[in-house]
Amino acid sequence: MTTATARTARTGHSATKPSKNARSRERALAWARRAPLLPALIFLIIVTQLPFVVTLIISFLNWNSLRPDQTGFAGFDNYIQVLTNADLRQAIFTTIVLTVSVVLASLLIGLGLALLLDKKFIGRGLARTLLIAPFLVVPVAAALIWKHALLNPTYGLINGTLTWIWSLFGSDTPPQPDLLSQTPLMAVIVSLVWQWTPFMMLILLAGLQSRPMDTVEAAQMDGATPWAIFRHLTLPHLRQYLELGGLLGAIYIVQNFDAVFTLTSGGLGTANLPYAIYQTFYFANEYGLASAAGVVVVIGTIVVATFALRTVFSLFKKEAAR
Amino acid sequence: MSTLTPAAPRNTPAGPTALNVGPRRRGKSRMDPTRNNTAAGLAAWLLALLFAAPVLWMILTSFHSETDAATNPPSVAANLTLDAYAEFFGASSGVSPWPPLINSATASILSTVVVLALAIPAAYALSIRPVKKWTDVMFFFLSTKMMPVVAAILPLFLFAKTVGALDNIWFLILMYTSMNLPIAVWMMRSFLAEVPVEMLEAAQIDGAGLLLTLRKIIAPVAMPGIAATALICFIFSWNELLLARVLTGVMAGTAPVFLTGFVSSQGLFLAKVCAAAVVISLPVLFAGFAAQDKLVQGLSLGAVK
Repeated sequence: MTTATARTARTGHSATKPSKNARSRERALAWARRAPLLPALIFLIIVTQLPFVVTLIISFLNWNSLRPDQTGFAGFDNYIQVLTNADLRQAIFTTIVLTVSVVLASLLIGLGLALLLDKKFIGRGLARTLLIAPFLVVPVAAALIWKHALLNPTYGLINGTLTWIWSLFGSDTPPQPDLLSQTPLMAVIVSLVWQWTPFMMLILLAGLQSRPMDTVEAAQMDGATPWAIFRHLTLPHLRQYLELGGLLGAIYIVQNFDAVFTLTSGGLGTANLPYAIYQTFYFANEYGLASAAGVVVVIGTIVVATFALRTVFSLFKKEAAR
Repeated sequence: MSTLTPAAPRNTPAGPTALNVGPRRRGKSRMDPTRNNTAAGLAAWLLALLFAAPVLWMILTSFHSETDAATNPPSVAANLTLDAYAEFFGASSGVSPWPPLINSATASILSTVVVLALAIPAAYALSIRPVKKWTDVMFFFLSTKMMPVVAAILPLFLFAKTVGALDNIWFLILMYTSMNLPIAVWMMRSFLAEVPVEMLEAAQIDGAGLLLTLRKIIAPVAMPGIAATALICFIFSWNELLLARVLTGVMAGTAPVFLTGFVSSQGLFLAKVCAAAVVISLPVLFAGFAAQDKLVQGLSLGAVK
């Protein structure tokens, strides 16, 4: 616990006599400590907080840039429209379905992969590298590859493989589904799960490797089955890693734009809120409405973020307490 | 729990050393561990190949001719050619991909430099010589990252339009800086927290000045962390589409924007799309594999090592 004492020594101000001179010196010291922090802090406040305040203001305005003469105060009209407009309501629903299914599926598959990679086998390093690859393809490029090279109904790899497998059994009438138009949301989900599974796997693998092995060994000696060890030792240990991966993933996937934009252009019920907002202000020029939808996204994110912050904080507190 | 706590010394890996419990080891284990591992290895390899298949297919197709790329069933063993790459670089269309590639490189590299210049001092004031309530400051930084870009993009767009900063690479650099700054502060703080307190105290007692302490004690420990932070910020900027799409146009358009406009609906283009995807993904693949060791710590904002 030398660290703890050192840290308090670093932060704590020694109790000095309240002489005027000492107090001003102390204040100068506090500012010297703050100085390196200020540029980053001020920059971030100006570039991220200020625009949001403006968004908040615009969300109460009736403002379409194509009809500037009708601009005026709108009260809660925009918010009512966000919640009653069929397209935007659909977008809220799509965002929830997309985020929840991608996060859950990639967490589950990532957990399976992490459990496999936790064992020693030949070529483990290379297998790990191959598994990370999907995460290191530029998202737009990945979406284009899924759309044209994999899902294309006439010459995509998926239908091509079906043709090949069917031909092995002497059939020349293989199923050739057009997944992108038949199940568009599913296509977006699958491509995102493919991209996000490596992220979950890396976090969970780090969690597995930090598992205290002595308790596992003790359990094995007492004759615990692998399932019992997983259920009662591994899973509780992994809980905070699962939470962290899920919440960080959720924050990124709620904001997804690239996959929806590239794979389906938001068609066929795949438009999520980021895409719908982009459409609303960029093409429909409905500034007030787009801003209100943006505020709704923020409120939704705050709900998720409250949980996220709590998880990160529980990890963080342990360190701060050192 | 040592791995969850960035300040913990690194000499406690949970591994074979902790297992040294003598001959009783694996005494009652019911499974033959070798057979178990072979099965796990096979399954892992199968899944790894399945996950890598789209990437490998993209690379293979990019070296095929357009006719070979668009067959059903796929022609895996077709002749290899560099035609698609020549086409991507404008052999017949005359459209060069270099301006967007250079824009992407400029925006990613310069924003990363600015991010580091702002994040390293900030991280110093949050770990080595922490300000009061430094945890609150950390969570303020994090909370800005939780606000979706779409919630702020309209005012940014209107501001850029008003001051004539639309389609200007410098405005994009500013945006990418704010996008990556919170991540970089969190990452850098976790790396700086690894500097042993004892060494800092020793330096202070020996009367070492700030510059000497920075150079001799902090820099050697923090350098790999700075490199990893830079690589991850670079990747995020290079990948970004929404801001680039809204704020840039013909002049300052980045590689992802170029890629979305690249696909034509007529004729055969699959090999060309794959070649484009490979070229544009190469910097990210290199950066990602270079940062592989610290990728988890970076992506989890320093919470996991």
